[in-house]
Amino acid sequence: MKGSLSEFFAMGGYALYVWGSFGVTALLMIIEPIMVHQRRKAVISRISRLVRLKSEQKS
Amino acid sequence: MVNIFKFSSPATFYPLAGKIARVSTWIAVLLLAIGLYMSFFVAPTDYKQGEGYRIIFIHVPSAWMSMFIYLVMAFWAGVGLVFNTRLSSMMAQALAPTGAIMTFIALWTGAFWGKPMWGAWWVWDARLTSELILFFLYIGFIALQGAIDDNRRADRAGAVLLLVGVVNIPIIYFSVKWWNTLHQGASVSIKNGSSMSTIMLQTMLLMTFAFWAYSIAVSMYRVRSIILEREKDARWVSELPEIRR
Repeated sequence: MKGSLSEFFAMGGYALYVWGSFGVTALLMIIEPIMVHQRRKAVISRISRLVRLKSEQKS
Repeated sequence: MVNIFKFSSPATFYPLAGKIARVSTWIAVLLLAIGLYMSFFVAPTDYKQGEGYRIIFIHVPSAWMSMFIYLVMAFWAGVGLVFNTRLSSMMAQALAPTGAIMTFIALWTGAFWGKPMWGAWWVWDARLTSELILFFLYIGFIALQGAIDDNRRADRAGAVLLLVGVVNIPIIYFSVKWWNTLHQGASVSIKNGSSMSTIMLQTMLLMTFAFWAYSIAVSMYRVRSIILEREKDARWVSELPEIRR
């Protein structure tokens, strides 16, 4: 198993193409859930502020 | 029989979407882990394309998803247009960014596969061009929805765009048959079965299910935010534990 790790990353000469594909895909599939999560946090904080404001106006 | 109309109300769908999102997240993580392991360590080296062919394990699943998500979106948009159901339009809206990302991944990995095998990042081939048009349809839908302030009008305009764009899906799918393309024909088809080795096919299908679960998870998570935004004046929203805090 000599140099098997570097051999693995070399991908038989296709390193740029294989890692360029898998890398960008992984990046997008990490960024998208983060953005979705941030949107949810923003929506919840905005609406809870709105609801609190409304209940204060009533009382 | 389960009453499906019960879940057409945003108030009842909201918690259900949360449950589906949680379950699909775990399925996606598990399948991605196994799928990636198989992609790199189990699937053998291809006799023609060496290690370069491994791009197939994300290229084909993302390309399938890009078309499938579009069809699901168009279906929900059509339902929203005909029955005037709010939730179905929200579903269409929630799927759009994920569909656009899947299309982008299909195009990107296609370029990174085309370069070593064909010698070009991009060619104006029927398959590639129609997939690019699909990407523009997604972007156009998102832009259109964002440009119209009135939600219901935005839903209707978006639905019309999506339904007109549906003609592009069979064009993408059959482009390799109808035209003489540089892109290869289907390796997997319902009629002819598969021309791939079993282990490669299994890995690709596993990755497809992983992408499927991922898409369900993010879009369900996203639809929850859309529901809250659009129903913010409803009483049930103000009574949610995450809103009351």
